[in-house]
Amino acid sequence: MSTTSKRLRTLTAMGAVGTTVLVLAGCGARAGDETAGSRTSAAPSCVDTSGDTIKLGFLNSLTGGMAISEKTVSNVLHMGADEINAAGGILGKKIAYVQEDGATDWPTFAEKTEKLLTQDCVAAIFGGWTSSSRKAVKPVVEKHNGLFFYPVQYEGLESSPNIYYTGATTNQQIIPAMDFLASRGVKKLFLAGSDYVFPRTANAIIKLYAAKLGIEIVGEEYVPLDKDDWTSQVAKIVAAKPDFIFNTINGSSNVGFIKAYYDAGLTAGTTPIISVSIAEEEAPAMGHEVTGHYASWNYFQSLKTDTNPKFIESWKAYPNSSGVTSDPMEAAYISLYLYKALVEAAGSFDVDAVNAAAKKNTITFDAPEGKVTLDGDNHHISKPGHIGQINSNNQFDIAWASDKFIEPDPYLESYDWFPADIRKQLVDAAG
Amino acid sequence: MDALIAPLLNGSAQGALLLLAALGLSLTFGQMGVINMAHGEFLMIGAFTAYLVQQVIASSDLSIPVALPVALVVAGLFGLLLEVTVIQWMYRRPLDTLLVTVGVSLILRQAALQIFPSQGVPVEKPGWLDGQLNILGYEWPLRQLFSILLAAVCVAALAAWLKYTSFGRRIRATVHNRDLAETSGISTRTVDRLTFFAGSGLAGVAGVAASLIGGTNSQMGVQYIIAAFLVVAAGGIGQLKGTIIAAWAVGVTLSYFAYWTTGSLAQVLAFILVIVFLQLRPQGLVTVRTRSLV
Repeated sequence: MSTTSKRLRTLTAMGAVGTTVLVLAGCGARAGDETAGSRTSAAPSCVDTSGDTIKLGFLNSLTGGMAISEKTVSNVLHMGADEINAAGGILGKKIAYVQEDGATDWPTFAEKTEKLLTQDCVAAIFGGWTSSSRKAVKPVVEKHNGLFFYPVQYEGLESSPNIYYTGATTNQQIIPAMDFLASRGVKKLFLAGSDYVFPRTANAIIKLYAAKLGIEIVGEEYVPLDKDDWTSQVAKIVAAKPDFIFNTINGSSNVGFIKAYYDAGLTAGTTPIISVSIAEEEAPAMGHEVTGHYASWNYFQSLKTDTNPKFIESWKAYPNSSGVTSDPMEAAYISLYLYKALVEAAGSFDVDAVNAAAKKNTITFDAPEGKVTLDGDNHHISKPGHIGQINSNNQFDIAWASDKFIEPDPYLESYDWFPADIRKQLVDAAG
Repeated sequence: MDALIAPLLNGSAQGALLLLAALGLSLTFGQMGVINMAHGEFLMIGAFTAYLVQQVIASSDLSIPVALPVALVVAGLFGLLLEVTVIQWMYRRPLDTLLVTVGVSLILRQAALQIFPSQGVPVEKPGWLDGQLNILGYEWPLRQLFSILLAAVCVAALAAWLKYTSFGRRIRATVHNRDLAETSGISTRTVDRLTFFAGSGLAGVAGVAASLIGGTNSQMGVQYIIAAFLVVAAGGIGQLKGTIIAAWAVGVTLSYFAYWTTGSLAQVLAFILVIVFLQLRPQGLVTVRTRSLV
C-alpha cells in the first residue's frame, strides 16, 4: 500500500465521471429531522439493534487510482469481521457489513457516507485512506452523529468527536524518525515529498524539529503525485550532498524516486533514505534498488509480539490475500477490534454511549504492534515507534524502537519547539 | 555546470519518452481524427509485457531487449482490437472517440488492477544500464541515454517506413487527402488499421522504457497522456518532424524548470508556455500543405 493522505489526482478525477450517484432522499429526511437533537443519546437513530446482527459500513476506493492501496484495507476489514463473527460477534450480534466503493473520488466518499448512515443505517463506518477522503467524510459523520474509523497514518492537526484515528499521527511516525536520524549523527538532511498536504505539513514539522536537533536541511523538493520521473530532482540531491534523505513521497511516484536515486549512483550504504510511505506492500514493486533503505512505521510484519503471528497467519490464509502484512492493514484491523472493545465497554451501539466509554481512557486492544490504548479525548491511540531497514526479501529488519509506547499528540502540544502560531497556520491551511 | 548540463540531458531523455508516447497519438489523430484517451494504457500494456517477459526470461540483461519487440506487437494488437471493435465506427467524430476511449481507458486500468498485484510489479533494469556516464562533470544515468537511443531508433524506423514502403506511401496519401486516396484505389480501411497498430505498438515500446523509470502499475499511463497530447498539439497534428521537436522542447523545458524551481511548478510553467505558444501559432510547429478543400 502506498500511504496517506490527500491525493489530488486531477486525471483520475476524470475517471470518476459517471460513478457519482446521488444519495436517495428516503432515509435522509429522517436523519435531517434529528440533526438538532442528535447530540443527545435520546435522539432517534435509524440503526437497528433489535436483531442478532449489527450493520457496519466499509468505505474504500475499489476503483480508480487509490484502489492500488485501499483494496487491501477493504480485504483486511472483511477478514477482521469474519474473525469477530466466528468468535461470537459484538455484544452477541454478528457483523453484517455493507461494502461501498469510494471510487477515488472525494464527493463520492461524502455521498456514500450519507447513504451508509441514513439509508443502510450502519452503526459505524470503517475506511478511507487519503486525507481528502477523510475530510470529505468528516462533515457528514459530524452532521449525522455517526462514527468513522480511519486507518492510515496522516498529518495530524485534527480531532473529531465522530472520528477514531488508528494510524499514526505525526508524533508517532515523523518525530520518531527524526529521533532515529539524530541517534545516527545525521547532520545534513534533504527533504523529498509529493506535492500535497501530508508532505508539506510533515516537512514543516521536520524543519522545526531539525533546528532543535541541530540537523541542517540542505534541500527540499516536491513533485506532483502522479509524476514518476524524479531524475531532475535527484540531480539536485546529488549536488546538495546530504547524508540522509527524508522521503514523504506517496504512491507509485516512490518507485520512480527509488529508481532515479539508484541510477544516479546514490546507495543506501552512503546516503540512505528514510521513508514514511514505503511498507511491505510497496517494497516489492521497487525491486532490489530499495534494499538497505529505511522506513518509519509503528507496525512491521517482522515485529515479534504475541499477537502478530496469528494476524500474519490469518491474513496469509485469507482469500484475496497479498501475502504480506503492513502498517495501514494492521491499523484497519485494529479499528474493528477497537470498535468492538468500545461497544462492549459501553454496552450499547449508541454513538454517544460509545464516545462516553472512550472518555474513560481504559479501552485497550492487544494489537499485532503491541497493546494499544485509546486516548478518549483526541480519539487517537498510543503506538510504538519503529524504524525498519528493508532487506532483500522486502521485509524490514528492526533498526530502532522507541523505548515506550508514544502517546498520541495530534496537535503537538507537548513539544516546546512547535510554536502556537505555526500550529494555527497549519491547521488553517489543512482546512 | 550541473545546473546547465543535467537538465539538458535529462530533459532530452524525458522528451524521448514523450515522443514515443506522442507518435501514436499524432498518427491516429492526424489520419483518422481519433482522440484516443486510452493511449496511455497501451503504454501500460507495454510495461506489463516487459514484466511478463521477465517472468519467462529471468536475466534482465536479455529480457528487456526481447521485451521491446514483444511489447510492440502486444500493444499493437490491443490497439488493433480497439480499432476493430470500437474506433472504426466513429472516425472523424473526435468528441465521440474522446468519450468512448476515456471509458476504454478506465476498463483497461481496472482490468490491470484485477489481474496484477494492486501495488504494481517490479521490472528489473538490465545490468548493462547500471552506472553513469560522466558528461562535463555530471554523472548522467545510463538509462537516460537508453531512452534517447530507443526513441531515435523507433523514429528512424518509422520515418523510413513512411517514406520508402508502399504502406508508408498509402498512409501519407490518406493523411493528405482521404477521398482522393480512396479514389486512387488505396484501401483506407487497411491503412487505418495498420496506423492504429503502429501507433499503439510504439506506445508499448515507450511502456518498456517507462517501466525502467517509474512504477509498473494500473495507473501509470495517466501521467503520460496529457503531456503527450500537448506535444501533439504543439508539434502540428500528424507531423513527425513537428512532434519530434515539440517533444524534445517540452522535455527540456520541463527539466530546466524542475531543476531551477520545483517539480510541481515546472509542470505549470511548461504547460503555460505551450498554451502561449498555441495562442501564437494554433496550427502547431509544422503544418501539412494540402490541396484538399476541407
